[in-house]
Amino acid sequence: MPRVWILPAVRAAVLAGAVVLIAFLPRLVSEFRVSQFTYVGIYFIALLGLNILTGYNGQISLGHAAFMAIGGYTAAALILGRPGFELLGQHPSHLLPDSAMRPVFAIPIAGAVTGLIGYLLGIPALRLAGVSLALATFALAVSLPSIAKHFEHLTGGGGGLSLPLAKTPFGLDVSTSHWLYYEAWVCAAVLFVVAWILVRGRVGRGWRAIRDGEVAAVSSGVSPAVYKTLAFGVSAAFAGVAGALFVIQVSYINPDTFPLSLSILLLASVVVGGLGSLSGVVVGALVLEFLPIYAQQPPLVHVNLAKQASPVTFGVVLILIVVLMPGGAAGLLRLLARPLALLGKQR
Amino acid sequence: MPLAFSWADFGQQVTSGLAAGAIYASVALALVLIYRSTDVVNFAQGEMATFTTYIAWSLMHHGLSYWPAFVLTLLIAFGGGVGVERLLIRPVERRPEIVIVIVTIGLLIALNGLTGWIWGPEVKAFDSPFPNNTVDVGGVVISVQDIGTFCVCLATVLVVWAFFRFTTVGLAMRAVAVNPDASRLMGVRVGWMLALGWGLAAVLGAVAGMMAAPTVFLDPDMMLVILIYAFAAAVLGGIDSPVGAVVGGLVLGVVINLLGRYVNFVGQELRLPSALALLLLVLLIRPSGLFGRVAVRRV
Amino acid sequence: MALLELEGVEARYGPIKALHGVTLTVDDGEVVALLGANGAGKTTTLRAVSGTVRHEGRIAFGGQSIGRRTPDRVARLGLGHVPEGRGLFSELTVWENLRMGAYMRGERRTLRKEAPRIFRYFPWMERRRDQQAGTLSGGEQQMVALARALVSRPRLLMLDEPSLGLAPTVVQELFRIVSELNTNDGLAVLVVEQNANVALAAAARAYVLEVGEVVIEGTSDELRRHESVRKSYLGY
Repeated sequence: MPRVWILPAVRAAVLAGAVVLIAFLPRLVSEFRVSQFTYVGIYFIALLGLNILTGYNGQISLGHAAFMAIGGYTAAALILGRPGFELLGQHPSHLLPDSAMRPVFAIPIAGAVTGLIGYLLGIPALRLAGVSLALATFALAVSLPSIAKHFEHLTGGGGGLSLPLAKTPFGLDVSTSHWLYYEAWVCAAVLFVVAWILVRGRVGRGWRAIRDGEVAAVSSGVSPAVYKTLAFGVSAAFAGVAGALFVIQVSYINPDTFPLSLSILLLASVVVGGLGSLSGVVVGALVLEFLPIYAQQPPLVHVNLAKQASPVTFGVVLILIVVLMPGGAAGLLRLLARPLALLGKQR
Repeated sequence: MPLAFSWADFGQQVTSGLAAGAIYASVALALVLIYRSTDVVNFAQGEMATFTTYIAWSLMHHGLSYWPAFVLTLLIAFGGGVGVERLLIRPVERRPEIVIVIVTIGLLIALNGLTGWIWGPEVKAFDSPFPNNTVDVGGVVISVQDIGTFCVCLATVLVVWAFFRFTTVGLAMRAVAVNPDASRLMGVRVGWMLALGWGLAAVLGAVAGMMAAPTVFLDPDMMLVILIYAFAAAVLGGIDSPVGAVVGGLVLGVVINLLGRYVNFVGQELRLPSALALLLLVLLIRPSGLFGRVAVRRV
Repeated sequence: MALLELEGVEARYGPIKALHGVTLTVDDGEVVALLGANGAGKTTTLRAVSGTVRHEGRIAFGGQSIGRRTPDRVARLGLGHVPEGRGLFSELTVWENLRMGAYMRGERRTLRKEAPRIFRYFPWMERRRDQQAGTLSGGEQQMVALARALVSRPRLLMLDEPSLGLAPTVVQELFRIVSELNTNDGLAVLVVEQNANVALAAAARAYVLEVGEVVIEGTSDELRRHESVRKSYLGY
C-alpha cells in the first residue's frame, strides 16, 4: 500500500501540535513571558507579509517597519479619535474620527488602510527593480520618522501618542496580557490561513513565476503589474495589522517606535526563517524576539556582557545562520523531513 | 525663513555641499566598486569606515602624528577589506544575492556593536589636518577644512581611477567585473581580484570616514546617515557606473544643502526625505540612474 | 606521448551526466576536430580540459595531469581556450582584450613583443585597437577572441564552435588563419565544430561524439568517406 500520506500526516500533526501549544501557552508560563510571546505573534504577522513580498515575489523591501508604523499610527488615530487627541493636548486633524474606537475594530481597518497605501506604493515600484527598489524602500523607512514628526496633527509629532492602557473588552474574564496574547495569535492564525490560501493558489504561482523570471512569466500570460502591486498591498496589510497590534500592546507610538533598524531586522529574520516558505516564519519571529535578549545574557552561561555584546553576538549569529543554513530554518526542516518523504515514496 | 538671495550665500552652500558631496562620492564609489565585482550592495561599508576611523583615532591617541596615522589606517583598512571578502563573502558568493546582503547586514550590526564595545559610545573629537580658518574667494567664504576634504577625497578617487585605467591588475579587475569566467581562462585568479576590490573599497571608506569625523564627530553611528546618502548617490549615478557614483555624490551633496537652505518646507528636518524623494523621482524617469547601463529586456 | 590525452573522462552538471567516458588525443602540431550534434558533449569536453567543469578520469596535458586544477592554473600550463560565445570582454577595447591575453606572461612586455605577429595575421585589428570589443561584428569578435588566445603563445589552442553565427566567407577566413598558425607556428589545435565540412577540411584527424562518448574516430579522409558521418554530419 503506498505510504504517500506519511509526510502530509506528519505535517498536519506538527501543525496541530503547534496550535495546541500556542493555545495553552499562557497557562504554562509567567505573565512576562506571555507578553514576550505576544510580540512573537506580532512579528510573525509582519514576517509573513514580508515573506510574501520578498520571498515569494522577489521584491526586496528594506523598509517594512514603515508599513508597521503606518498601521500603528492609523490604529492609534482611530483608537483616540478627536477626543483622545484633545485630551493629550494635541490639535487633531479634521481627518480623524469624532469618537474613540475599540482597539479590536481598529486592527482590521489599520490593516486595510496600510494595505491600500502599500498597493499604491507598489505602482511606482513597478518601475524599479533590485537595487533601486531596495533603496526606495530604504528611503521610505528612513523618511517616515521625519514625516511623522512633521505632520503633527495626524501623528502627535515628535512626542507621539499615548493610548489608554489596553483592557480586556466586552467584560470577558481574561487577564489583559492573556487577552492581548490571544488577540495577536488569533490574527496570526487568520492571516496565516489567508497567506496559505494565496500562496497555494493561482496568485502564489503568479508571484513565484515573476520572482523566478519576470520575462518568462510575462510570456506565460502573468501580468507583473497586477501581481507585484498585489504583493505590495498584501504584505503592507499584514505589516499594518502587526503595527496596530504592537501599538495596542505598548499603548504608545512615536516616530521612533518602528525605526530603520527594525526594517533591517525584519528582513534578516525572514531570511533566517527561510525565504519563500511559510513554515519557517515562526522561527524568524522567535529569533527576532529572543536573539537580542539572549545575545546579551546567554542562557546557561552566567555572564552579563556589556550592552554592546548584544549586537555583536546578534550580527555574528545572523551571519552564521545564513552561511550554514541555506534556505534558513525552513530549509533545515525540509532536510530533517527528507527521511519521511523518502519513506512515503517507497511502496 | 529664507533671507534675501545673495550669491555669496549661494556660493557657500555650493562649496560646503561639494565638500560633503566628496565624502558621499567616496563611499558611493566604494559601493559601486563592490557592486560591480561582487554584485551586492555592501551595507557594512559605513561601519567598516567608522571602525577604521576609530583605529586612526587610537593611533593618534598613542602618539602618532596625523599623516602617518592616516597612511597606516589606509593600509589596515585595505587589509580589513580583503579579510572581510575572503572570510565572510567567499563562503556565500554563489548563493542568492539576498543571502550575501544579509551577511553584510550582519557585519553592519556586529561592527556597530563592536565599535561601541571597544571604544565606548561617547562622542569623541577627531583631529583635522587642515587649519581651522577660512578663505575669501570673491565674497564667498570657504572653509579650508572643506577645501581640504574635497581635495583629499577627489585625490583618492583619482588614484583609484588611475589604478584601474593604467595598471595590469586594474585591467584584470575590470575584466573580472565584465566576464569572470573568461578572466579565469586568461589565468586571472578571480577570487583575489574580488578581495582586492573590497580592499580598495575599504580604503575609500576609510578616507571618507577620516574626512568626515572632524565635522560630524566620532561616534559609532557616525557613518549611518552618510551611508544612506552614498547609497542614494550610487543609485542616482547608476549602480554600475563609477563615474556616476562620483557625480551622483557631488550632486547630492550640493542639492541637499540647497534644498535645506532655500526650500522653506524642507528646513533641517526633512532634508534627507526630500533628497530621497527627488532621487526616487529621477529613478522613475530613468530607472537605471544617470549613467547606468540601460538594461534591455527582450521578451 | 601526446600533447593532450583524455582517457575515460566523465563529467556531470549536477545530476545530469554529460560525458560517459571520452577518450581522445591531440599530438603536438596537430589539428584535431571534435564533431557531433547539439548536446553531444563537445563543449563539456573542452570545459573539462580547461578546468571549468570537474571531471573524473584522466586528462593529461604535456604529460601533466590536469586533476582538479582551476581554470586559471590550467591556462598557465599553456592551454588556450576560446569558449563558446567567444568570452570577450565586451566593454573593454580590442587592445585591452589583447592585454588580458598577455596577463599570464607579464602583460605589457609580452604584448609589445607579440603584437606585430598578431597584427600580421589580423591586419585590421591594429587600426581598430581602441574600439570597444562589444561593438565589433560577429566575425571580428571571433578574430579578437582568437588573437587574444594566441598572445600568450599556448601550446594547444581549443576552439569551441568558432563558426557559430558567422557568414561562410568569414568562416573560411577564420579557418585559413588557423591552418596558417598550425603550419607556421606549429600550434596544436582542438576544434569543436557542428560544421563538419569546414572542420574536416582544416583538421588532420577527427572524433565524433554522441551522447557523451566517442563513437567514430579516424583521419579526416576516413571520416569523409564514412557512411554515417556523411549522412548525419556532411549532408550527402
